[in-house]
Amino acid sequence: MPENFRLDQGGLINRNKKISFTFNGKKYFGYEGDTLASALLANGVHLVGRSFKYHRPRGFFGAGVDEPYAIVQMNRNNEVDPNVRATEQELFEGLDAKSVNCWPNVNFDIGAINNFLNKFFPAGFYYKTFMWPKSFWYKIYEPIIRKAAGFGSASIKHDKERYEHKYEYCDLLIAGTGPSGLASAYAAAKNGAKVILAEDKSRYGGSLLTSEVTIGNQSGQEWAEQIISELKSMPNVIVKNRSQVFGYYDHNMLVMSERVSDHLPKTDKYTPKQRLWYIRAEEVVISSGSIERPLVFGNNDAPGVMLSSAAKEYLKIYGVLVGKKPIIFTNNDSGYETAIEFKKIGVDPIVLDTRKDPNSEIIKEAKELNINIKFSYVVVAAKGYKKVKSADIAKISDDKKVLSNNENIKCDCICVSGFWTPTIHLASQSGNKTKFKEEIDAFVPSHSKQKETTLGSANGIFTLEETLKTSFEKGTELSKQITNKENQISIPTVVEKKSSKHDKFWCVPLPEGKNYKRFLDFQNDVAVSDIQLALREGYRSIEHVKRYTTLGMATDQGKTSNLNGLQLVSEVENKVVPQVGHTTFRPPYTPVTIGAIVGREVGKHSKPTRKSPMHYWHEKNNAVFVDAGVWLRPRYYKQGNENLFEASKREAKNVRQNVGVCDVTTLGKIDIKGPDSAEFLNRVYTNAWLKLPVGKARYGVMLREDGIVMDDGTTTRISENHYHMTTTTAQAPNVLSHLEYYLQLVWPELNVNVVSSTEQWAGAAIAGPKSRDVLQKLFPDLDVSNEGLPFMGYMEGNLFGVNAKIFRISFSGELAYEVNVESDNGNYMWEKIIEIGKEFNIQPYGTEALSTLRIEMGHVAGSELDGRTIPYDNSLEGLVSKKKDFIGKRSLSKKAYVEPDRQKVVGVVPLDKKTSIPEGSYIVKDAKAKLPNPKLGHVSASCWSVEYDNPFSLAIIKDGKNMIGQKLFAMSPLKNKTIPVEIVSSHYVDPKGERVRS
Amino acid sequence: MLYILCPHCGLRPQTEFSYGGDATVKRPELNKEISDQDWDNFVYLRKSPRGKHLELWQHISGCRQWIKVERDTLTHEIFTTYKASENT
Ligand SMILES: [Zn+2]
Repeated sequence: MPENFRLDQGGLINRNKKISFTFNGKKYFGYEGDTLASALLANGVHLVGRSFKYHRPRGFFGAGVDEPYAIVQMNRNNEVDPNVRATEQELFEGLDAKSVNCWPNVNFDIGAINNFLNKFFPAGFYYKTFMWPKSFWYKIYEPIIRKAAGFGSASIKHDKERYEHKYEYCDLLIAGTGPSGLASAYAAAKNGAKVILAEDKSRYGGSLLTSEVTIGNQSGQEWAEQIISELKSMPNVIVKNRSQVFGYYDHNMLVMSERVSDHLPKTDKYTPKQRLWYIRAEEVVISSGSIERPLVFGNNDAPGVMLSSAAKEYLKIYGVLVGKKPIIFTNNDSGYETAIEFKKIGVDPIVLDTRKDPNSEIIKEAKELNINIKFSYVVVAAKGYKKVKSADIAKISDDKKVLSNNENIKCDCICVSGFWTPTIHLASQSGNKTKFKEEIDAFVPSHSKQKETTLGSANGIFTLEETLKTSFEKGTELSKQITNKENQISIPTVVEKKSSKHDKFWCVPLPEGKNYKRFLDFQNDVAVSDIQLALREGYRSIEHVKRYTTLGMATDQGKTSNLNGLQLVSEVENKVVPQVGHTTFRPPYTPVTIGAIVGREVGKHSKPTRKSPMHYWHEKNNAVFVDAGVWLRPRYYKQGNENLFEASKREAKNVRQNVGVCDVTTLGKIDIKGPDSAEFLNRVYTNAWLKLPVGKARYGVMLREDGIVMDDGTTTRISENHYHMTTTTAQAPNVLSHLEYYLQLVWPELNVNVVSSTEQWAGAAIAGPKSRDVLQKLFPDLDVSNEGLPFMGYMEGNLFGVNAKIFRISFSGELAYEVNVESDNGNYMWEKIIEIGKEFNIQPYGTEALSTLRIEMGHVAGSELDGRTIPYDNSLEGLVSKKKDFIGKRSLSKKAYVEPDRQKVVGVVPLDKKTSIPEGSYIVKDAKAKLPNPKLGHVSASCWSVEYDNPFSLAIIKDGKNMIGQKLFAMSPLKNKTIPVEIVSSHYVDPKGERVRS
Repeated sequence: MLYILCPHCGLRPQTEFSYGGDATVKRPELNKEISDQDWDNFVYLRKSPRGKHLELWQHISGCRQWIKVERDTLTHEIFTTYKASENT
């Protein structure tokens, strides 16, 4: 039967609700309101993990966010949750957790052999050892390191939990609900300011929950409860617990992670597991408190050695004893508070105070309680492997260099207090230039860069009276600037015990002949000797020492180790701490799950999905869709058991033989108006536009200033000063911005307006030799003959009651038309085309057939206009005007762009007329040449030519102009294929372009 | 995330804008002779100043206007914003 460490009464837990949970496969009980840590300690479980490098046994060191050891892997809601701090995880019925970083189990850990080999694991060990030979990395070093090191293991499954994002705006964001947070929030809220008050724990009140103080006529805890309930009732205040403000970004944007359901057995269907808040605050109040500093001595990482404030918290909040024979090792008065709490419930602590002769109210009280206090005493080393069993203690000389009166005393825990470190992470992230405060041996915020104020112990103020006074005042002052209201608040009287000065001493010297490990960074296993070694090896900058030794680089970000590390460097280097400076604090303050960062933007929600007005018709008619940018487009329409290849071949063939219809709604459309529109187009496109008559369309190519093709498309002159431009689906937003850039910034004198009309029009391309028959039946009143509506002609018509724009343009290379109607009429138009086209054997065709048609015609598209090619490369040089200037023209005379053997688009046909050439294949001269085989270019697009019934590809190759007729090879290392090919003209079908004009 | 004062719309989060580079670059005039060097400098050469920088942003999810923003590249402080037509 395990010993029980739960007191019969006391604490803030709900003793009426017993909760069962599992740790490392064993069943335990706790109470509602416990954390996993407090429940394990109540059951006498101190061994929870193994350390990162040496695999030494580790227990609990803290009681909250600063915990470096107790990292566990959770199974919850059929998901694994790695690297959860047991000190923050609230207990729920059925909780299932296990230790990490130990194999095969926490009691017998093979990696612990590193502990005995620790001579081989000094600072920079990995850098020094695993440098060569290179091949050893993959086969030997890495697998061993991976197996031995690392924390929890992430799930490889899709995370089914729901995560959300929320945006908020407020006057004051206050991080932390200790006395300074509560007071400033209260004052600001009373002035009518919109306040968000965030607490990372489940309980509000911070230090007020565990300290023996009186505010007004209430205990600290009662006062906190009353303020919180009053704040919660105010409409201008948002109060959030389990919410960590972890990042302070530019222009007062802060990000907070709320653990909405982590404390529950499972997440409800529509409730998120976690929620990320993006908060833009007028003013930020940082009331994040302070974290107790460890004292450093031999084996100070043994389970049972923990912060004295944590021991007090387990006692006062959870009614749990961390030990029954405690040693309190302190250099300041805080340790006495813990000692008195132990004494009050009948446990006799021994206090070792490094100071010689301190005097204060609290020490007097401890003496009156007959607590055994030894002044000028230190713990030299903890003894006991999996749990502290005793301590070697000694008297220390006044100069703190000589140990004497060594003795060993029995104990089962050692509670350490090395004074307090203000939590300045958020202030530092905001750009605050922090300063070193000598009286407290720590950094505090100084000059603000953004609108932030740090209050209370986070600002190095350790008395409640001053904290409350300054916080009430600041809350009033900050909110008054925003709301112009001032509500008088009387500051309550405070009763608290005054403290005496702390001792700057923090690191116990090694006794003669002993070589104990004295740890600074408990999570990354960085010991005093590692820092000393790094300094001996010449590392000076604290940033370098940090990276070389990994001090403060673990997931706890050195919350308990930073300052002691700095003190050590300053001692060895004989500098003062402010000269050494602290390393940069970066967000996040505590680890944030990837799920919370991603939020709801997963799977199909990772980008918006746009559907054409004809989408549901496509769906009903067995379309298989493909992502085209943000659009969903039919790739092919499946008939029977057809696959992609068979269906697209059938669809393309039907366009060549009869007539097909394709949804082209997704094409980008830009409406251009104004008297200078023609002049503008003339500058934007490479060809001439001034003489395009009304009612005519023209194909155009536009460049970037560096001469690279940006986009292509047709633009139609609707009326004198009105043009309708089309762009490719993918480039539509970029082209609009491009046009706006030149109109607004470069040529503001041009009187032109542009606006996107992509979503205003639904489009259908009717293509094939019988397309005119279909069009004629759609518009019986119009003359759509070759003379009435010639190639590149435009007219408007009435399609069974709806207005339509008819463009005679072709992407397929066949006789073709594009009909546009207002989006709302899109489906109506589509159904009419299908109905009327029936007698001409019309079939809808998807993007795959569309590609086939354009590839075998040699029409370049996105795969050739890939941001690396100029007009010449695409055989578009005929469209480049020699007479006028246009965007990017000057670049086209660049030497590389006019080389005689410049790359050019060509057609590629496999010699066997059977083997399809994978897109992306290299074109090479000699398939057997030594690697790296010099490549001539690459295959940009491939299809199965329906005209010739064999594979056909486009490629952009060096000197393409002179390569026609050559026998070369297409090589695809990815598909492991080498295909003998012949280079042919890129215009494989209808090279003279007669069909579109027929 | 920056907070940018659009001179047309007011204070808006950075996510509504897209970045457009150095606002001090002036495109050479059309139809004017220009040396290879000068053209290359215009197309490719940009300063990367530490400190105050006048840059272009477009309010793409708002008024779609290109604006000029005087920003400190080190501290991200934004001093003044101008309409495209305004002199800086
Ligand atoms: Zn705007």
